[in-house]
Amino acid sequence: MLHEILAFDFMRNALIAALLSSIACGIIGSYVVVKKIGFISGGIAHTAFGGIGLSYYLGINPLSGIIPFSLAAAMIIGVLGKKAHVAEDTAIGTLWAIGMAVGVIFIGITPGYAPDLFSYLFGNILTVPTFDLWMILLLDVLIVALVWLFNKEFLAISFDEEYAEVSGLPTMGLYLLMLALIALTVVIMVRVVGIVMVIALLTIPAALARTFSRSLPRMMLVAVLLSALFSIAGLLLSFLLDIASGATIILVAGLTFFGVHAWQWITALMKKR
Amino acid sequence: MKMQVIACNQLSLELGGSRVLDGVTFCVDEGDFVGIVGPNGGGKTTLLRVMLGIQTFDSGKVSVFGKPPGQSPEKIGYVPQRLFFDRSFPISVRELVLMGRLPKKSVFERYNAVDRACADEAMHLAGLETLMERRIGNLSGGELQRVLVARALAGKPELLLLDEPTSSIDPEMKTTIYDLMAHLRARLKGNLTMVLVSHDTETISHYVTKMVNLNVTLNLLQGFENH
Repeated sequence: MLHEILAFDFMRNALIAALLSSIACGIIGSYVVVKKIGFISGGIAHTAFGGIGLSYYLGINPLSGIIPFSLAAAMIIGVLGKKAHVAEDTAIGTLWAIGMAVGVIFIGITPGYAPDLFSYLFGNILTVPTFDLWMILLLDVLIVALVWLFNKEFLAISFDEEYAEVSGLPTMGLYLLMLALIALTVVIMVRVVGIVMVIALLTIPAALARTFSRSLPRMMLVAVLLSALFSIAGLLLSFLLDIASGATIILVAGLTFFGVHAWQWITALMKKR
Repeated sequence: MKMQVIACNQLSLELGGSRVLDGVTFCVDEGDFVGIVGPNGGGKTTLLRVMLGIQTFDSGKVSVFGKPPGQSPEKIGYVPQRLFFDRSFPISVRELVLMGRLPKKSVFERYNAVDRACADEAMHLAGLETLMERRIGNLSGGELQRVLVARALAGKPELLLLDEPTSSIDPEMKTTIYDLMAHLRARLKGNLTMVLVSHDTETISHYVTKMVNLNVTLNLLQGFENH
């Protein structure tokens, strides 16, 4: 069966996209989970929708439009969250909505019909062009290289930011760099699961991996594998059942997440007896 | 003459409209073991944060190792209250203690054999030999407290700053952490200066050589020398 599926060009691209995006997703998702910045990451992802609208308006590749937009969103959210005299969740929530609104307005004033808008919102891994694969690969390399270079600093600010600052680390700069890496990961994953569902695939594999891991690098490795497993299983299921790929991937991941937790809950209950 | 490690002169600061510290003046000399006491909400932790360089202040003068606070991280070991981080974080005792080497490393530099040896030594000093590979989520409160002390020691500090080391610890560990402090002082002789913040005046008075009392109601600063 796999042989037949791989005979399709679009399926080959989809599988490669699933595997490549899992690398960034597992590594950066682990930071998102241990640092508890899921909401911030969701804010970055949704604000990036403005970038997609802008790309439609300018008639450029949406993926290249999202990069500057999501990076800017990451910087603004990072600075606002730490420095502004408003509650962090208010600042993020506001920017989240503004980004979406900008996107909607740009798409509205673009003449004609916005062709695959839906696929950017909810993902469509079956239509990933080869150009985007190269872009995803490039971003993967960049993300892995930066995480390798800054691993002890990122570990320190994730674990205890105050201690990192006392140790003389430039914590604000490192935090913004981490948010920038989250922004780039969002760009990678938009193709796979879309802006609306990015946050689920970013956090579920990492949250599951944490249960089985004694160190952060181990957690990242397990998260990458789980992410790849969910993406490929979701992709194959969506192909066989002819349903939306992004949503299927999220459902596979989400159901596994709840299944594992239900299982842990039941075994803990059995032990108590 | 002994070197002055911390000099704090007429330090005042307001937080959220209320005056937390008002004209605080004291000094810490090399080899001292200073206890800073005062009621809860009396600005003890804020004062510690000022000395660490992570809290700005309104007026007065503070110097640590002759420089403004925050300029000598490589000479300072900091033991925070253990409540402020996530116990489910996937990290082992060894890795956590290694973080104490951060002030001595530059960005991009990786931990080397020297760092690992310092971390090992610190874990032995704190009595953590059997717990090195343990994940922090599986430690008791007292054990975790000693891990934080070991992390601070791993950086070979000249000044150790401790924030409420006894708070929310079982009665048995309470003596143990102070015995560890006394043991450290004996081992490291006059080379380690310690400043400890606590609301437990009674207990720490048996250990410290000097006491600073932040009494907000009297706006007075009292001190005594222990011989």
